[in-house]
Amino acid sequence: MQVFIYLAYLIAAVFFIYGIKGMTTPKTAVRGNQLSAVGMLIAVVAALLDHNVVHYYYIIMGVLIGASIGTFLAKKIQMTSMPEMVAALNGFGGGASLMVAVANYLEMQTAYGSGNAELIAMMPALDMKWSIAVILSILIGAVTLMGSFVAVGKLMGKLGDPSSIGMFKMIVKVCLALLVAGSIYFVSTNPLEQADLLILMIVICLLLGVALVIPIGGADMPVVIALLNSYSGLAGSATGFVLGNNGLIITGSLVGASGLILTTIMCKAMNRSLTNVLFGGSMAAQAGISKDENDAFYEGKVKVTSADEVAMLLDSAKKVVFVPGYGLAVAQAQHATRELANILQGRGSEVKYAIHPVAGRMPGHMNVLLAEAEVPYEQLIEMDTINPEFAQTDVAIVLGANDVTNPAASSDPNSPIFGMPILEVQNAKTVIVVKRGLSPGFAGIPNALFINDNSLMVHGDAKLVLQEITSAMKDL
Amino acid sequence: MEMLMLTFTIFVLAIFVGVEVINKVPPTLHTPLMSGTNAISGIVVVGAIISSGGGEQTSGLSTFLGVLAIVLACINIFGGFMVTDRMLHMFKKK
Repeated sequence: MQVFIYLAYLIAAVFFIYGIKGMTTPKTAVRGNQLSAVGMLIAVVAALLDHNVVHYYYIIMGVLIGASIGTFLAKKIQMTSMPEMVAALNGFGGGASLMVAVANYLEMQTAYGSGNAELIAMMPALDMKWSIAVILSILIGAVTLMGSFVAVGKLMGKLGDPSSIGMFKMIVKVCLALLVAGSIYFVSTNPLEQADLLILMIVICLLLGVALVIPIGGADMPVVIALLNSYSGLAGSATGFVLGNNGLIITGSLVGASGLILTTIMCKAMNRSLTNVLFGGSMAAQAGISKDENDAFYEGKVKVTSADEVAMLLDSAKKVVFVPGYGLAVAQAQHATRELANILQGRGSEVKYAIHPVAGRMPGHMNVLLAEAEVPYEQLIEMDTINPEFAQTDVAIVLGANDVTNPAASSDPNSPIFGMPILEVQNAKTVIVVKRGLSPGFAGIPNALFINDNSLMVHGDAKLVLQEITSAMKDL
Repeated sequence: MEMLMLTFTIFVLAIFVGVEVINKVPPTLHTPLMSGTNAISGIVVVGAIISSGGGEQTSGLSTFLGVLAIVLACINIFGGFMVTDRMLHMFKKK
């Protein structure tokens, strides 16, 4: 029987691999996701058949509660809040791994304490491998749990960036030193007698999760979410090592790999190393300028225009490119954007959307928002493909994007963002920037794009401005 | 020791499989990819189920932790798969 259960876990892992493979094109993705869900069902049924499962009522209770909360979240969540949702799910995954590891520790205590040879034979061997796996599982699980909830707080704007990060670096170092010492002691004695030490280590790991994420700037959340995504998978793998379950190990490492790749992509798109993101503090704190300096930079150089004039410009434009940023998500302007795009296309203009990899607060955030507004995905163009096209673009409309369009990244070697790949919107014939004010973006520096000769600004909420432009277009 | 090397080998090879498959996912689908993998990491439910099944080795506290882990993992599984499905349908319709 046990052989069939292990085979079932393997089959589940194969379903997950096929499921993720389905994600490689939008057409096959729905089916891919369903395949993964089938894989999960197989794994759960196999677990229920395990001879250690004697009765089902606690299990059913847990599944019912979890399923209701999960279903509720999945149905109600706004697409603009997807970063918070994914960050929270990362945290739940880490928390679950943490609890399974602790539960297994307690079961080992009971089994070995009973002296019942039959019972002991069913448990993992009490060796160094198991002890290390327990510690790793607790470490990754606890860091993921707390780190994710700090990330959620930051994404919701409830937690700001601290002005000094020195204290948090110190806490991280102390926690790590304590954990190394604790782990060595835990492994070198009989771990089953060290319950107090384990509790202490869990508390330290939870604290470590908080201290690691609090100093990271709000702008770097795409990297953090991707990294925590990876951790939640690795926590699962570590739990697999604790339980001696290969299905968990394979599946956890798949998720771990996925998060790692996304982390790398995000870091590249910001031209920063992972170390700099994690331990460098927020960019605004590194390079920030004062409000006066910012005002002086723009003083008298910004050309402000109105929705009516934009409508007239768009009237003769053959090719229009929208450049969405986080501001579009904040203003919930995705539908208003699509509406304007529809009118433009109806008049024979070509419309495209330029997507910077770190636009928004998580990988692919803009794509999901625009997909919600029924923008065909063929019109969502990646940075490297769209950049050469800006020269043939009549009007580029920047919607709440800032740093990712700053030409200083390629022209000013002294700029803190120098070297970061940007959307070269300045090459378009006319650039319309829709923005509430002139406050700096996450990098804390002014944007030379806004004072270019071919730039025009419309101040206001992206959604309202777009609606005004749309109605002005209709009146033309 | 042999057993450890075997499981470790599986772990490393699985990471390579993951990298190969996931590198081909286009940036457009990165958000659904993350929520989808969130759901998949709910696989720890397997360990949680065994802890909550009332075997001889369980105690009150370990069962409680097991049930709590099932709740969290099921939020991941149901929330993750369903929200991914919701998003992917948005990409599908024209």
